[in-house]
Amino acid sequence: MTMKPSFTRWLGLISILLGIIAWDLIVRVSGLPKFILPSPMDVWTRLLKSLADGSLLLHTGYTLIEIILGLFFGVCFATVIGYLLAKSRSLEKIVSPYLVASQAIPIVAVAPLLILWFGSGIASKVLICSLIVFFPVLVNTVVGVRAVQPVLYDLMNSVRATRWQILFNLELPASLPVLLGGLRIGATLSVIGAIVGELVDAKNGLGFLLKVGDFQYDTSMVFVAVFMLVSLALCLYGVVTLLERRFLKWQNRLDV
Amino acid sequence: MPTKPILTVKDLNVVFPDNNGGLHVLENISFEVCPRDFICFLGPSGSGKTTLLRVLAGLLNPSSGNVHFIRHQQPKIGMVFQQANLMPWRTVMDNIKLPLELEGVSDAKAKVKAQEMIELVGLRGFEDSWPRDLSGGMAQRVGIARALIHDPDLLLLDEPFGSLDAITRERMWTELSRIWQAKQKTVIMVTHSINESLFLADRVLVLTQRPGKVKFDLGVDLPRPRKDDIRYTPHFGKLARKLRETIE
Ligand SMILES: Nc1ncnc2c1ncn2[C@@H]1O[C@H](COP(=O)(O)OP(=O)(O)OP(=O)(O)O)[C@@H](O)[C@H]1O
Ligand SMILES: [Mg+2]
Repeated sequence: MTMKPSFTRWLGLISILLGIIAWDLIVRVSGLPKFILPSPMDVWTRLLKSLADGSLLLHTGYTLIEIILGLFFGVCFATVIGYLLAKSRSLEKIVSPYLVASQAIPIVAVAPLLILWFGSGIASKVLICSLIVFFPVLVNTVVGVRAVQPVLYDLMNSVRATRWQILFNLELPASLPVLLGGLRIGATLSVIGAIVGELVDAKNGLGFLLKVGDFQYDTSMVFVAVFMLVSLALCLYGVVTLLERRFLKWQNRLDV
Repeated sequence: MPTKPILTVKDLNVVFPDNNGGLHVLENISFEVCPRDFICFLGPSGSGKTTLLRVLAGLLNPSSGNVHFIRHQQPKIGMVFQQANLMPWRTVMDNIKLPLELEGVSDAKAKVKAQEMIELVGLRGFEDSWPRDLSGGMAQRVGIARALIHDPDLLLLDEPFGSLDAITRERMWTELSRIWQAKQKTVIMVTHSINESLFLADRVLVLTQRPGKVKFDLGVDLPRPRKDDIRYTPHFGKLARKLRETIE
C-alpha cells in the first residue's frame, strides 16, 4: 500500500522517457529533415538558446499575463452572472438565448473581429481568453449554486442569517467543488484562448513565437513554444489541484 | 395560575400548489403555547409535522391563519432537523458554533461554548471530525448541540432522536429533560413515539392523516423530574393507551 504512490510516480516518468526515446528513434529511422521533424536534441539546444537570449521568457511572460488576466476577468464575470442566473429563473430566461448563441460561435471565428476592434495588443487577447473561460465557469456556477440543499437554507434562515452570511457561509462553500471543477476546465481553455488571439495578430507571446518559427522553418522553435504552452497549461492545472487539496479536504477523495 | 401564552397559532392552513387544486397539508390548526411548555406533536408520516415546524420557524408562510408571538415578533429559534443537516465542509466543532458565528460572537467565546455543548451531547474527542466520518446518531447529536448553543427562546425539534439507538435515545431524553428544566426553554417537538412524547412533554397534540388536524390534546400530568422507570407506572400506561387509541 505504501509503495504504491511512489511507484505510480515513477511510472509517469518512465512513460515520458520512453516517449522521448521513441521520438528520437523515429527521427533517426525516417531521416526526415530538421525543418520537418527536429530531434529531441535539436529542440533541447533551441530551448537553451532561446532561454539564453531571453526571448523565451519574455514571450512566455506575455502569454502568462494574458492568461492570468483573462482567467481573472472571465472567472469573476462568470461567477457573478452565474450566481444571479442561478437565483432568478426569469433572468435566466432572458439571458440564456444569448449565452447559447454565443457558445455556438467558435472563438476562432470571432478572434479576428475582436482584434480588429480592440487592437493587436494585450487587451484583445485578455478579452478572447475571458470569453473562452466564461461559459464553462458560468455553467458550473449555476449548477453548483442550484445544488445547495434546501434544508441547509432552512437552517440558515432559522437562525436569521443575512443574505451575505448565506452567500459566504452556505452557498460559496457548498458550491465550491463544482466551482473549482469549472475553474479546472477554464484554466485549460484560457491557454487556448491566449494562443488563438496571438496567432491572429500579435507582436509578443508564445503564439507569436510559434508563428515566427513556422514562417522561418525554425521547426525546433515551434516545438519549444508548444512545450512551453503545455507546461503553462499543466502548471495552471496543478494550481487548481492545489486549491482543491486545500479547500476540499472535507470531501471523500477517491485517490490518495 | 394561568400564564400568558407566548405563542398563539390560530386557524392555520397550509396548501401546497399542485396540479389538482392544491395539496392541503395542514387544516385549521389552533393551539397555544405557554412559556416553558414542552409540547409534542404526534402524527403519522405525511401529516404535515415538518411543515408545521417550518411555519413556526418562519421558514414558510401559511396559506391562511396566523402565528403570533408575544414580546418579539420572532423569537430566537433553535431547530433540530429530521436529518442531521450538517454542513459537510465544517468540522463537528465548526458546525456547532455556526449560530454563534452568525451572531458575531468572538471565535474564542464561541469555541468555549461549543466545547461545552460537545461535552453535553457526549462527543468529546470528535471536535475535529468531518461529518462524513460520523455515524447517523452522532451527526444528529451535533445537530442538537448546534440548536442549543445560541440559547434560543424556542426549540423546534423534528424527530430529533429518530436515528439514535434505544439506549442513546433514552439518555438523550433525560438530557433534554434536564436542559429544558435548567434553561427554562419552550420546546415544540415532533415525534412518532408515544413513549418519547409522554416521557418528555407537558402536552401531547395528536395530528390526523393529511390534511393534518389536531385530533386530540392530552395533558401529561406525570410528576417531574421524570426518571426512566416512570414508564412502568400504571398512570404512564393509561396515558399511553389513550394516545394509542386515538392514533389509528
Ligand atoms: N415545499 C413543499 N412543496 C410541496 N409539497 C410539500 C412541501 N413540503 C411538504 N410537502 C408535502 O406535504 C406533506 C407533509 O409533509 P411533511 O414533511 O410536513 O410531513 P411529516 O408529517 O413531517 O412526515 P414525516 O413524519 O414522514 O416526516 C407531504 O405530502 C409532502 O409531500
Ligand atoms: Mg417530517
